[in-house]
Amino acid sequence: MDKLLLLGDEALAQGALDAGLSGAYGYPGTPSTEIFEYVQHSKEAARRNVHRTWSANEKTAMEEALGMSYTGKRALVTMKHVGLNVAADPFMNSGITGANGGLIVAVADDPSMHSSQNEQDSRHYGRFALVPVFEPSNQQEAYNMTFDAFALSEKYKTPVIMRLVTRLSHSRAGIVRTKYLNENEIKLPDNPNQFMLLPAFARVKYKNLIEKQELLEKESENSKYNEYHDGKDRSLGIITCGLGYNYVKENHVESKCEYPILKICQYPLPRKLIQKIIDECDEILVVEDGMPVIEEWLRGYLDNCLKIKGRMDGTLPRCGELDPAKLRTALGLEPYPIKEVPTIVKGRPPELCKGCPHRDTYYALNEAMKEYGPGHVFSDIGCYTLGFLPPFNAINSCVDMGASISMAVGAADAGLFPSIAVIGDSTFGHSGMTPLLDAVNSKANIVAFILDNGIVAMTGMQDSAVTGRVEDICMGIGVEKEHIHVINPLKGHHEENVKIIKNEINYNGVSVIIPRRPCIHIAAKLRKQK
Amino acid sequence: MKKNIILAGVGGQGILSIATIIGYAVVKVDIYLKQAEAHGMSQRGGAVESHLRISDKEIHSDLVPHGRSDMIISLEPMESLRYFPYLKPDGWLITNITPFVNIPNYPEMKHLLKEIKAHKNSIAIDGDAIAKEIGSPRSMNMVILGASAPFLGIPFNMLEDSIRAVFGRKGEDIVQKNLDALNRGRDFAEEYIKK
Repeated sequence: MDKLLLLGDEALAQGALDAGLSGAYGYPGTPSTEIFEYVQHSKEAARRNVHRTWSANEKTAMEEALGMSYTGKRALVTMKHVGLNVAADPFMNSGITGANGGLIVAVADDPSMHSSQNEQDSRHYGRFALVPVFEPSNQQEAYNMTFDAFALSEKYKTPVIMRLVTRLSHSRAGIVRTKYLNENEIKLPDNPNQFMLLPAFARVKYKNLIEKQELLEKESENSKYNEYHDGKDRSLGIITCGLGYNYVKENHVESKCEYPILKICQYPLPRKLIQKIIDECDEILVVEDGMPVIEEWLRGYLDNCLKIKGRMDGTLPRCGELDPAKLRTALGLEPYPIKEVPTIVKGRPPELCKGCPHRDTYYALNEAMKEYGPGHVFSDIGCYTLGFLPPFNAINSCVDMGASISMAVGAADAGLFPSIAVIGDSTFGHSGMTPLLDAVNSKANIVAFILDNGIVAMTGMQDSAVTGRVEDICMGIGVEKEHIHVINPLKGHHEENVKIIKNEINYNGVSVIIPRRPCIHIAAKLRKQK
Repeated sequence: MKKNIILAGVGGQGILSIATIIGYAVVKVDIYLKQAEAHGMSQRGGAVESHLRISDKEIHSDLVPHGRSDMIISLEPMESLRYFPYLKPDGWLITNITPFVNIPNYPEMKHLLKEIKAHKNSIAIDGDAIAKEIGSPRSMNMVILGASAPFLGIPFNMLEDSIRAVFGRKGEDIVQKNLDALNRGRDFAEEYIKK
């Protein structure tokens, strides 16, 4: 077959399609978004009618994928690392119910937080839920592994995590498609109680899950993705996984690596292989792109093995993504000569686009808030988070999806006045509706701005789940109709908008203001459609 | 054959199209390629970079190692300097010189040019002006790609074929403008090397 030039995200998606995928579920989040989009735009997926509509959030996506797995068909659910926090409840329990049809949870971590609030490592979740993890080290592996991940998932009736990181998700390479499997037919679980977690059943199933670990470990021992490369110089052994392996290899392009290397790309950890390298080598360097997960397990709480090096002793930086230069230092190799960045080069942070509707919303909000001073505006995850930067300096928080409304409620409860929330339409659909219900039930004195640009803009123009329904949803939740205002965030409406905002600040209760104007990136397209 | 390239610019300027054109050219032949790019928040008017690696041998790292880049191709003068730590001492710096000013403390152009020229192997070209001359301001990125063509190690006609393939669905006019842009950039660079 032809070579395809694909992102790591896309390679995984192509693998899933070729491995008989029946449904993709997900919520956009950098760097995972392109996995789902690839399925969404695939002609093959359209022909087979593979499910490919975005879900409202990662939790519903995870549950929908679990439902498809229940029927015996193969399902893929995609999210960024922090999305797995949202989906943690169904994910943890899916470890106990197990899967029926193959179930892959594809999670893209973001070491160095290129576009995230933290750099949590999804391998922790794998261990937490006792679920196997695959961690591809290149695009071809991302493609190949989906076949093995689905097969393992069905063989052991367990969901499987596929963990990507930014530099694989968003890096392109040529991949070769290898085979093509038909989709599964519907076949309900052999055990009709498999998905029944009443305590009496759950206790039994949890024991089964623990017992299963030995078999999964054996799979890891024999996995083709866990390779032991012997080396002559046993003063050091390198345990590495995912992209870390590439950075080790990169530093030995000119000179062959003489140290033994254990490359781990399938978990639970292959205990015997680890024992072997630890026994054979004087010191061990652990190289992982993300948190020091393997390193921490190996060190143990007492950290008395004494021969392990890595992120926790400063051989590699404690946080942030790895790169070839960091590995070069850790391996004690001479650094390449480096030109410094000239001092005249200034930082160029991202900014709201020229003509962006959020700009006008912030100008109006700032004017209305002038008399109260700073410190009153809770915001959320999206392009509008850039309203924190000059010239706006308009918001004071960005924590997690939906937190703007809930934090505003808590602050209003404490007596902060005014207490303002700023959230985007898709984020509102994701996690903002339930806190608004709290606000209505406790008659919290807040003003919630739902910035409706009709799209999920930051991640690259995905459909928003609530388009055309924002005020209906607010009314359904119980916000009074006369305190829901749709405003037009444009310069010409500035005075009028400021007046509406001031009035609602002075109303003692829940107000919702919906600045509505399409994102400039879709505005032209919308005009054409008309 | 092995080339490490850093593509630099400001979100929205079109560095990813350059990567697509080069990628399309090499994937058709038996050459390895890796190209890491930036998505998400950084795309909104901020500094963006893409790492492009081409080799006849297997490529390990998706990122170009510091100090190992054969060239920086930049669509913006200040951005061309931001990635110096990646450039080999004798690597090529090929940059557009029309500034994209969206920060209050943007440095003076004469200081930027001085830094660019201080690098031994540099080509400073007004891609915006040339693109305007041929009546296609948005093809500035192809002018800059053209200026880097003599150093890429990819036959020029393969780049032209890629442009035809990638821009084909946008119509013959767009294809022709981009081909013109590519040629003008190449001519400029070849002229410059002769001097």
